[in-house]
Amino acid sequence: MNRFAELLDRLVLTPSRNGKLTLLTDYFRSVEDPDRGLALAAITGDLSIAAVKPAMLRALVVERMDPVLFGYSYDYVGDLAETVSLVWPQAPGNIPNHAPTLAEVVGKLQAASRSDGPKVLARLLDSASISARFAIIKLVTGGLRIGVSARLAKQALADLGQVDVTEIEELWHGLTPPYTSLFAWLEGKAGKPERTALALFSPVMLANPVGDGDLEKLDPADYAAEWKWDGIRVQAVCEGGIRRLYSRTGDDVSGAFPDLAAAMDFSAALDGELLVGDPREATGTFSDLQQRLNRKSVSSKIQQQYPAFMRCYDALHIGGEDLRALPLRERRDRLEAFIGTLDPSRFDLSPLVEFPDWQALEELRQAPPHPIIEGVMLKRWDSPYLAGRPKGPWFKWKRDPHTVDAVLMYAQRGHGKRSSFYSDYTFGVWSGPEGAEELVPVGKAYFGFTDEELKQIDKYVRDNTVERFGPVRSVRADRDNGLVLEVAFEGLNRSTRHKSGVAMRFPRISRLRWDKPAAEADRIETLQALLD
Amino acid sequence: MRASDLLKPRPEGLYCPPGDFFIDPVRPVARALITHGHSDHARSGHGSVLATRQTLDIMALRYGEDFAGATQAAVLGETIDLNGVSVSFHPAGHVLGSAQIAVEHRGMRIVASGDYKRQKDATCQPFEPIPCDIFITEATFGLPVFRHPPDTEEIVRLLKSAAQFPERSHLIGAYALGKAQRVMRLLRDCGYDRPIYIHGALAKLSEYYQSQGIDLGQLDPATVDSGGKDDFAGAIVVGPPAAFADRWARRFPDPISCFASGWMRIRQRAKQGGVELPLIISDHADWDELTATIKETGAAEIWVTHGREEALVRWCELEGIAARPLHLVGYEDEGD
Repeated sequence: MNRFAELLDRLVLTPSRNGKLTLLTDYFRSVEDPDRGLALAAITGDLSIAAVKPAMLRALVVERMDPVLFGYSYDYVGDLAETVSLVWPQAPGNIPNHAPTLAEVVGKLQAASRSDGPKVLARLLDSASISARFAIIKLVTGGLRIGVSARLAKQALADLGQVDVTEIEELWHGLTPPYTSLFAWLEGKAGKPERTALALFSPVMLANPVGDGDLEKLDPADYAAEWKWDGIRVQAVCEGGIRRLYSRTGDDVSGAFPDLAAAMDFSAALDGELLVGDPREATGTFSDLQQRLNRKSVSSKIQQQYPAFMRCYDALHIGGEDLRALPLRERRDRLEAFIGTLDPSRFDLSPLVEFPDWQALEELRQAPPHPIIEGVMLKRWDSPYLAGRPKGPWFKWKRDPHTVDAVLMYAQRGHGKRSSFYSDYTFGVWSGPEGAEELVPVGKAYFGFTDEELKQIDKYVRDNTVERFGPVRSVRADRDNGLVLEVAFEGLNRSTRHKSGVAMRFPRISRLRWDKPAAEADRIETLQALLD
Repeated sequence: MRASDLLKPRPEGLYCPPGDFFIDPVRPVARALITHGHSDHARSGHGSVLATRQTLDIMALRYGEDFAGATQAAVLGETIDLNGVSVSFHPAGHVLGSAQIAVEHRGMRIVASGDYKRQKDATCQPFEPIPCDIFITEATFGLPVFRHPPDTEEIVRLLKSAAQFPERSHLIGAYALGKAQRVMRLLRDCGYDRPIYIHGALAKLSEYYQSQGIDLGQLDPATVDSGGKDDFAGAIVVGPPAAFADRWARRFPDPISCFASGWMRIRQRAKQGGVELPLIISDHADWDELTATIKETGAAEIWVTHGREEALVRWCELEGIAARPLHLVGYEDEGD
């Protein structure tokens, strides 16, 4: 338990991806079964433990200490799990012979009935160290929130076993905690686990961006073109009555889209884009789609308002037959025939875009017919369906990004190599009536500039600081003073969380406009016009 | 006599009317008694200063030889008479030279503890509980959430991280007097025998600690001359916390920022400060040490100063001990 607790403590404060991977692989290498597998399940969200409500936790602790002192403590710390882990009094004379293992803790929590759950939790907290108490409380209150995605955990497993992460993704849904067969394989002590479960995920095929001069070497006749839909890539798999909707990285997202899952009454594995709307009538925008994202459960009202459908562009399996080795042209034919048998309000075909030459396609790319199209996809007609991102058969050719000229408002210090640089920038645009303009923050970006530019901005921030709050500096920014940043972004969403009412997607610094006076930066109306 | 006739807060600091002296005054006064060398307790410009030999040495290092009109070294445990008031200094376990000051007059004894801790520390003499009528305690970590782990556990975590990330350097933020030297000494006690690189601000004080017989091993300046970026790969570097946000830190390869402080107990504090590896090492007493010490002194009344007074006062109430906050101005709440 203590090693798991230490891992959580380190992960939550380690910002870099590589740092996290090192911590995870070291943990998986040094910790034995079944603890490491249970830790993995906790991180990927595959560990089921009956939840304890925060109110119950609070009740447990005030039975054990003065409520006034608890109140002072909670006010100071601000986080209930952390406060309880710190103030929990050591039970007198209750020093266990050994620190409990993660398996013992999980075992006791899983065996607890609803009524004796709090008592079991209290006994576990009595015998644990401060860090371990925090980890136990995180396990029972649900959601570790340590900044590690299931995908990252799988990458750490891949690093451990020196295998490709797609191999892990392919196996994942057939495995259950504590994943002993998986670890045995990764450590070379046993063969690869068999894929025996139904409706498993198949690693998806990904495209490379079109680079300078790439197209000149290619013959347009070799390629099919489709619109690039700005939805979520999904894989719909039905086999032997099991239905699963997977994300691009193999996470099961069926629960968030029950309406679509209900229409999956077929035997196939289809690749496509999840969008909202009715494909026969209208496709929703990205803002519409957002209403369905990042939800654990979804109300019937939202389902009705924003019905999910799948725009299909590839078929991996149909009727038990594996089509992945076939060329795209044949897979496409099979897909077209198959889509006709499905519910047309939930499934349609991503249309092909006809183009005589690259120039014609370029024009289409720049002026797509629907706001949720973010470019075109190019796929070689003779390409088989390959896992990963092979160079050559598939290309994505995105619409050029939007840009806006904004003024630097706040800068925050970075981490690791950038820990002495102000490298995270919050920028704003002008709003308000003429003569009384003020800057309203519209986004934050921390890349897009060169190392040399970083040094220049850092110097600018240090020389023009007006206020400091911890690692953040407020930078002089008014009509006469300020650094103008050209910010590129992929799209704009409405946001109720931001004062400006807009949230940028994928913002990055595209140019430093040392030459441009702050007063000439863009106004909020320019951005509002981009909202659909 | 009433206790407040023996010691009372004044804007300059804690004042003793019959003895006509101040303890740790924050402004220049005629006669100052000083508990330890941290700059919020030990200021320059007093008429005369009475403190331990080591505290006087540290003040001279920081402010120059002429930091006060006159100085007198207090020997630990010896009683000195100041205008009929008996004064004695006793180890506080905070930093090298730190002392509690016992003030006794007409049968009443008040102990002003200054800053103190109870965890063992190889760089200074351990705290001695002094029986008294009134105990003046600090409350920097006066909340039940502050529970410092054994310091060696923290160093073991640091060394583990250094082994896990051999290509990066570990930058430890630690206050220049006391904490920095304690961390270095702990590293040595845990078997770390490579040179420790130090920021220039630590050099004089660390040298002084070494001259007092506290072995810190080989300390090298963390200057660019002493090596290129690659030479700092795997290195442990100690410096004042502010330096790591500074351009100074750019000489190190992909540094992991560590901070040795009791505040690192709170995750959000670490996160906000951009600390990747918090080391919970404090020179102040934690909650359990504060409450145990209050009981040990047997004091009938407790005065609580700098920090979270209200929680400690509440605890005393629950224990049936008279307690009140002593509002002294000018001390750094953030001290650690």
